[in-house]
Amino acid sequence: MAEAQNIPVGSTTAGSIAVAAESTVVSRMSAPPSFDVADFPVPHGREEEWRFTPLERLRGLHDGTAVATEGLKVDVQAPEGVTVATVGRDDVRLGKAGTPVDRVAAQAYSAFEKAGVITVPKETVLTEPIRVAVHGEGGTAFAHQVIELGAFAEAVVVIDHTGDAVLAANVDYILGDGAKLTVVSVQDWDDKAVHVAQHNALIGRDASFKSVVVTFGGDVVRLHPRVTYAGTGGEAELFGLYFTDAGQHQEHRLLVTHNTPHCKSNVVYKGALQGDDAHAVWIGDVLIEAKAEGTDTYEMNRNLVLTDGARVDSVPNLEIETGEIVGAGHASATGRFDDEQLFYLMARGIPEHEARRLVVRGFFAELVQQIGIEDIEERLIARIEEELEASVA
Amino acid sequence: MATLEIRDLRVTVEADNATKEILKGVDLTVKQGETHAIMGPNGSGKSTLAYSLAGHPKYTITGGTVTLDGEDVLEMSVDERARAGLFLAMQYPVEVPGVSVSNFLRTSATAIRGEAPKLRTWVKEVKEAMERLNMDPSFAERNVNEGFSGGEKKRHEILQLELLKPKIAILDETDSGLDVDALRVVSEGVNRVRETGEVGTLLITHYTRILRYIKPDHVHVFAAGRIAESGGPELADKLEAEGYEAYTKGGASA
Repeated sequence: MAEAQNIPVGSTTAGSIAVAAESTVVSRMSAPPSFDVADFPVPHGREEEWRFTPLERLRGLHDGTAVATEGLKVDVQAPEGVTVATVGRDDVRLGKAGTPVDRVAAQAYSAFEKAGVITVPKETVLTEPIRVAVHGEGGTAFAHQVIELGAFAEAVVVIDHTGDAVLAANVDYILGDGAKLTVVSVQDWDDKAVHVAQHNALIGRDASFKSVVVTFGGDVVRLHPRVTYAGTGGEAELFGLYFTDAGQHQEHRLLVTHNTPHCKSNVVYKGALQGDDAHAVWIGDVLIEAKAEGTDTYEMNRNLVLTDGARVDSVPNLEIETGEIVGAGHASATGRFDDEQLFYLMARGIPEHEARRLVVRGFFAELVQQIGIEDIEERLIARIEEELEASVA
Repeated sequence: MATLEIRDLRVTVEADNATKEILKGVDLTVKQGETHAIMGPNGSGKSTLAYSLAGHPKYTITGGTVTLDGEDVLEMSVDERARAGLFLAMQYPVEVPGVSVSNFLRTSATAIRGEAPKLRTWVKEVKEAMERLNMDPSFAERNVNEGFSGGEKKRHEILQLELLKPKIAILDETDSGLDVDALRVVSEGVNRVRETGEVGTLLITHYTRILRYIKPDHVHVFAAGRIAESGGPELADKLEAEGYEAYTKGGASA
């Protein structure tokens, strides 16, 4: 069920399916997961998990030289019934959903002073989203955020990242049994921002998690969404949309670990790139452990390269340790918006900027429609058009 | 009455780090209501003429003029030419992933007509045009040219011709790669547009086969980058019988 298509100019696509092989998802990391930054050597850039990342642009997050400063504001607006707390490092809810897997995530965990905990009590069904505004004013920060839903609670959380910051963070999503959580994380940073984060979702029995990661801005954005299941019947939908402009590095590394029987996961990430040295990286790892019978998983990455000079590295990777599954597949494809398409559309009277808009809108439309939150969908389409206007002009 | 006038058109193309002259002084006048067949062997420059008229960036105009009703076509961008009334049905239509046929047609019609067609009449218009070309309604929801068979691509080109109603239609080897049934359907579409009397047609073809379905008023033999001979429909019969040999050997000029 693998499909890989490779366009030679400015992009690479590689894929693999390993069946009952030794676990490369874990073994290719240079150190085992740990909360302590001292357990990770300073990366030199040739490690599997760092080889695509421009370390010299991480502003010291990876080598211990980054120092926390003032200049990052977090504002949480939550409907009634939701508890919003700031807690110390010893709070028992921290680190429950996952353990840092690389040095920057461990650095964030080792360095944060206060953590945010947002709790939606059991059986509480929110009708309004929880909004988290993270705004940088030039500061450097290490952060930890927990979003916890009790059993059968339902919530939508919208996290907006704007302004200029150097931020290393861990975000934990803990879903109780039967809970439903949709998280939209928008990275709409200014040009200089650096943002490295690990997202850990722990999905309870029969719970549903939908993650929508949207990356537009920043100098370097490297996100690591990870999913594990705490019980059977869990579902994860991981959607991503990125628009990588000249000089930007946007990296999304996903891992879904099917460690429990009868769970589902569906990963769809789509990106458009334009301009010199626009670089998008997508790593899609899915691990189906031997005990995870009845797993149903699919992952897909699509890239649309709008101009010369952009580069995509797309690596889907599926490891299957049991044959007793419903389905498992992956796909990756990178295509160019080329001069012939432009000529064809323009030869039908369509002006150039509209031709580009038509293609990019079409490319993202299907994904945007799956978000299911109307005002977010409209905002994303408007933002995509802005991106196009800004650079096509 | 719309008139396309091509005078002494000279076109070069860059290939293998060399500049090659493909069109070496083409003269042709196509008036609304007329059908001109341009026939010629492979490599004679027929398709270059078609793409140069549409404004493809690969080709460099080095001399001559092209006017549509006196307006300088060569000064226009690709989309301006289309809006001025030029239409090129392509030999190899391009796939446009993520853009549905229905969205494409409507965007195109909006651009050409200068305003969005009224939704209700538009849906009917498209549906009827598709029916005439034996196209399944589900076709409208597919992405432009993505996974289309050769015949579907050509029908889709002629569908656009019918909907966009150009003043001058250039059909670049629309007949190539079609079986007889598809050729008949496509030709009927072209004839419906011709019968309105409002389009001048430049039918570029390698074979005489399509001329059994689409009757030209004028036939031109294209060889070595220019029109080598012009005549009436009888010239096509001569080509059918004798082939292009007379034109490819020694560069004959009538």
